[in-house]
Amino acid sequence: MAVTEARPRAGSPSPQTGTKAGPTRFRRKKPAGWWLPFVLIAPAVVFEILIHVTPMLVGIWMSFIKLTKFFIANWSAAPAAGLSNYHLALDVNGALGASLLNSFLITCAFTIIVVGVSWLFGMAGAVVLQRSFRGRALFRTLFLVPYAIPVYAGIIAWKFMFQRDTGAINHFLADNLHLISATDKPFWLIGDNAFTAVVVVAIWRTWPFAFLMLMAGLQSIPEEVYEASAVDGARPFRQWRSITVPMLGPVNRVLVLVMFLWTFNDFNTPYILFGGAQPPSGDLISFHIYSASFLTLNFGFGSAMSVLLLLFLLLVTGTYLFILNRRSRNA
Amino acid sequence: MRETLGSKWFRAVVLVILGVFTAVPLYVMITSALKPLGDVQNNFTWWPTHFTMQPFIDIWSTVPLGQYFVNSLIVSGISTVLSVLIAIFASYAVSRYRFKGRGIFTTTVLSTQMFPGVLFLLPLYLIFININQTFGIQLAGTRTGLIITYLTFSLPFAIWMLAGYLDNIPKELDEAARVDGSSAMGVLFRVILPVARPGLIAVAIYCFMTSWGEVLFASVLTTQDSRTLAVGLGGYSTETNVYWNQIMAASLVVSIPVVVGFLLLQRNFVAGLTAGSVK
Repeated sequence: MAVTEARPRAGSPSPQTGTKAGPTRFRRKKPAGWWLPFVLIAPAVVFEILIHVTPMLVGIWMSFIKLTKFFIANWSAAPAAGLSNYHLALDVNGALGASLLNSFLITCAFTIIVVGVSWLFGMAGAVVLQRSFRGRALFRTLFLVPYAIPVYAGIIAWKFMFQRDTGAINHFLADNLHLISATDKPFWLIGDNAFTAVVVVAIWRTWPFAFLMLMAGLQSIPEEVYEASAVDGARPFRQWRSITVPMLGPVNRVLVLVMFLWTFNDFNTPYILFGGAQPPSGDLISFHIYSASFLTLNFGFGSAMSVLLLLFLLLVTGTYLFILNRRSRNA
Repeated sequence: MRETLGSKWFRAVVLVILGVFTAVPLYVMITSALKPLGDVQNNFTWWPTHFTMQPFIDIWSTVPLGQYFVNSLIVSGISTVLSVLIAIFASYAVSRYRFKGRGIFTTTVLSTQMFPGVLFLLPLYLIFININQTFGIQLAGTRTGLIITYLTFSLPFAIWMLAGYLDNIPKELDEAARVDGSSAMGVLFRVILPVARPGLIAVAIYCFMTSWGEVLFASVLTTQDSRTLAVGLGGYSTETNVYWNQIMAASLVVSIPVVVGFLLLQRNFVAGLTAGSVK
C-alpha cells in the first residue's frame, strides 16, 4: 500500500471496497474509507464549533469593542475600543484594575488551598480504604455522595449551615462548644469569614473527585508489590512514599491539572453560597467577571477580563505540561 | 498482610475526620427537611422538635417543582443520549484511526475544558439570538438550546474517557470481525460497544450529572417555561421568607435520582476513569 496522508491503522483491511470506491480507487492514492474518521468526528466538531469555539472567538472580539449598556441592544454598532478594555483591566492603580487584581489574588489563594487540601483528603481516603475491612463499602459510598449530589443541592445545604442565626455552624461553636459567645455570633457569608466559608464548601465538593480518581489509580497497583516491600521491612509510610505515590504518577498528573482548572474557574460555589451580595473576601474571579458583565452591563470589559483569565490558565497549563514532559523525558 | 497498630489508628482518625466532614451537611439536609418551618427559622437544633413530612408536600406547590423536574429530566436525558452517541463515534475515530487533524481535534476538544464559562456565556446567548433571527430556530430560552449546550459541555470529557477505554480493547477483536466481513460500523456496534459497556455507562453517568447540576448557563438560557431544577430551587427564598425546610426537602428530592444512580453504577465509573487516566 502506498504511503498516504490519511492512512487507516496499520493492518486494518479497507472496508467497503465493493461499491463505493469504484473506479477512483485506481487514480487516487487514498485508500477506500479514508473519509470515515472525518465523518465520525463531524458531529462532535459541529457542536464544539457552535457552542465552544465560535462563542469564544466572539468573546475575544467583544473584548476589543466598547460593548456597554448603551450598545447591548445593537451590539454590532458598538465602537471599537482597541486595547482600552485591557488597559482598564491591567491598570492596577485604577479602581477596576485594582479590584481585578485583588480578586485574582484571592482566587489564587483559594485554588491553592482547595486543590492542596482536596488532594490530601482524597489521598488519605483512598489509602485507608485500599485494604478491605468491615464498613469499607459504607465509607466509600459516603465519600462519593458529595461528588454525586447536584452542585447546587450540596452548596445550598452549606449555605443553610452557615446562616448566622439559624445555622448549624454557629450553633455548634456557640451553644455546643461554647467557643464563641451565643449573643455575638459571627457572620459567615458576609465579611472576612466568607473566604473560609467558600474554601470549606469547595473542599467538600472537590475532594471526593480526588478520592475517586486516586482510588481508581490504586486498583492498578498489584498487592504483591506491597507484600514484597513489607518482607524487606518497609513501614507503611515508606511504602506510601516509595510505591503508592510514584505508581499514581499518571493519575496525579491529570488529577492536579483538572482540579486546578475547575477550582480556578469555579463559579457555582460563590454564586450559590453568596447570591448577589458578593463579599469582598470571597470575590472569586469567575464571579467577579460575571458581576462586572451582568450587573454593570459592561460586556466589553468583562470579555477582556475573561480573555486575560484564559491566557493565564493557558500559561499555567502550558508550563505545567512542559515541565512534566521534560521531566519524563529526562527520567 | 499483617496490619500494624499504627496504621489501624491512622485509618480510624482519617475515617472519623473525613466521615464527619462529609456527613454533617447531608445530616443537616435530611433532618431539616423533616422539620416544621418554626424550627428552621429559630436557633438551629440537631434534632427536630417534631417530625413532619409537610415540607415534602409543600415543595410541589410553593414553586412549580414538578415542571422544573420534567424540564431537567428532558434536558439531561436527551443531552446525555446525544452526547454519548456523538462521543462513541468520535472516540472510535480517535482510538482506531490515524487521520489528518487527529492531534488538533483531541487538543482542541480537551482545551475547551479550560475555557471560563463566563467568557462564552454572553456570546453564546447572542449567537442563539442571531440563529433565531436568521433561521427562525428558537434556541435561547428553550430546552433545545439548553440540550445542545449541555451535550457540548460533557462531550470533551466523554470523548477523552471513552477513547481511553476503547484503547484498552484489543485491536485483534476488530481484526477478527473484519476478517469475518464486518464493516467498520459493524465492528463498532457489534463488537466494540458490547465490550465497552462499563465505559459507556460511566460516560452516561458523567453527562447526566453534568447537565443535572449546571447552574450558570441555565440561569441565563432559560425562561419560566424551560426553567430547570438548578435555577428553580431559588424560588423557595422570597423577599419575606426563606423556607429552609422546603429548600432542604427539595434539595433532597432532586439529589436522590442522581445519587442513587451514581452509587449503583459507581464501579463502572471507576473502571471508566481508570481506563481514561492511566493511559
